[in-house]
Amino acid sequence: MLVGVSFFNDDKITQPGFGQWAKFLGDPFSYKVIVDTMMLGVKTVCATVLIGYPLALVYLDASPRLQKVLIFIIVMPLLLSVVVRTFAWIVVLGREGVVNTLLMQLGIISEPLRLLQTELGLVISLTQIEMPLLLLPLISVMSRLDGNLRDASAALGASRWRTLFKVTVPLSMPGLVAGCLLVFASSTTAFISQTVIGGVRLIYLPLLIWQQSLVVFNWPFAAVVSLTLLVSVLTVVSALSYLGRRSGGYVHG
Amino acid sequence: MQLTQQSTMAAPAGPPAGRTLDVEDLSVRYGQALAVDGVTLAIEPGEVVALLGPSGCGKTTLLRVIAGFVRQAAGRVRVDGAAIDHLPPNQRNIGIVFQNYALFPHMTVAENVAYGLRARGFHGPDVQAKVSRFLEIVQLGAFHERLPRQLSGGQQQRVALARALAVEPSILLLDEPFAALDRNLRLDMQIEVKRLQRTLGLTTILVTHDQDEAMSVADRIAVMNKGNVEQFDTPVAIYDRPQTLFVNGFIGTTNLMNGRVSSLQNGTATVALDAGASLNLSAPIGIGVGAPVLISVRPEQLTLSSVPGPDAWKIVPGLALPIGAQLVHEARTADGTSLKIIEPRRTVMSDAARTYCTLAADARPTLFPRST
Repeated sequence: MLVGVSFFNDDKITQPGFGQWAKFLGDPFSYKVIVDTMMLGVKTVCATVLIGYPLALVYLDASPRLQKVLIFIIVMPLLLSVVVRTFAWIVVLGREGVVNTLLMQLGIISEPLRLLQTELGLVISLTQIEMPLLLLPLISVMSRLDGNLRDASAALGASRWRTLFKVTVPLSMPGLVAGCLLVFASSTTAFISQTVIGGVRLIYLPLLIWQQSLVVFNWPFAAVVSLTLLVSVLTVVSALSYLGRRSGGYVHG
Repeated sequence: MQLTQQSTMAAPAGPPAGRTLDVEDLSVRYGQALAVDGVTLAIEPGEVVALLGPSGCGKTTLLRVIAGFVRQAAGRVRVDGAAIDHLPPNQRNIGIVFQNYALFPHMTVAENVAYGLRARGFHGPDVQAKVSRFLEIVQLGAFHERLPRQLSGGQQQRVALARALAVEPSILLLDEPFAALDRNLRLDMQIEVKRLQRTLGLTTILVTHDQDEAMSVADRIAVMNKGNVEQFDTPVAIYDRPQTLFVNGFIGTTNLMNGRVSSLQNGTATVALDAGASLNLSAPIGIGVGAPVLISVRPEQLTLSSVPGPDAWKIVPGLALPIGAQLVHEARTADGTSLKIIEPRRTVMSDAARTYCTLAADARPTLFPRST
């Protein structure tokens, strides 16, 4: 359907042809949007991993009671609608939001930072919004790791860091890769957060699709953009999961 | 640290370089419960000591304290006289083989064995040579590039052993190392571990709940119960002269008979059995005339006889089961205690005539005070 529609020249879907593809692929602006969208995904993945992996380690070392509290905190964002979470971030990141007020009062900055409608603000909020998608697969893989492996590593003379990078990280790869895939796929396509926090100044593929299909009513062009989004996300996802499989098959159930 | 010099394997001519291990008044608390309660053990260089006890007796906790994974509430651990309590596990130089071997599943056999050497900062051909040497020692020279999951249980255990030994630890800890192996393989590996330990002269602690394993591998056994060491002695002494009722019941099979001390003379007690006989036994300290006692006798230290006498008591013979070269008799005494009696199978006399039970010539029964 999507593929079919994309091969029409006019927005009334009457003249078959490659016109829309030519228009989209011939426009340097399209490439910028594609690259921006993928980079948004990559940055969000990096941020979630940087924050999420230590969190997962904390979770593993926590007492069973604390683990229950932590897992509740981790899962809670999933229980709220994306719209609610996104608007909450507007309150937090706004000119007179929590972050700016705090930084101003601490005297770290003299005037409010622009966080809304910037990529930084978007990455910050996406990091929180997508965090459960990283943590859940990661924690489920890591908690199945044999605790003796870490002890064995220490008894053989390895420092904590060596144990982390030579034993824990390689063995948690399957969970890490699965989490990254989910975060990447869902942050590149997170239309609501992208538009509400990023605004119209930051244009990503989902916004383009929405504009073309529901504002301009150029469905063939929207189809072209959708397919582009689909293909680019699939490419990155399959590349990542290939890497994951190569490093993965060592964890026993 | 020189990689090539420290080797105790290469030159078996030199004296074994074992270390002493002293555990002094060690206690470990999990919440309110005392998992280990004031344990003291002095272990000689090159000795194999088995920590033997039922599950939950604190033996594994004790091992984990020595390895540095668990912090003690009180007490000290010394290697060669120097306290190691303040050191984290990675600075203790103690080798450990886990029950599930804990091989790194994403590394080859060679990488597993090299892991400890690399962690100590060694690189290049030295490491390769050493890995090869230790894999040869455990007879896995052809398995360098295999992954652990491609090996059998016994082979995995050899790798775990090679990995622990390659860093030339001062002490070797074995946590139920044979429990996951099937029976035939277990004996082979026990012999192999014992052989390796002898050649290396390595002070070794073995945790096990299997008394046969402790008996066959260890030089001395510490029998543990509820966080305490009940007896720390040679296997033979533990078997023949158990000092507490727990040890007596935990090690081997035994018969317990009720009796009462009728007279005491020069450390020999005359005990009147409730079953109806009078026995002269060596008395433990603190037993008075008239005290109720339990007499513990191993099944092989009892014999059946057809002759009544002052030191023979009447029994009602029950089943007789041939087990290997032995015959296990079941019998019941006059006061209702059931006894197990083991005799060589070549005894020809008919059982029906032998309705008396007596101590065998070399019997060494043990007396325990009995609370009434």
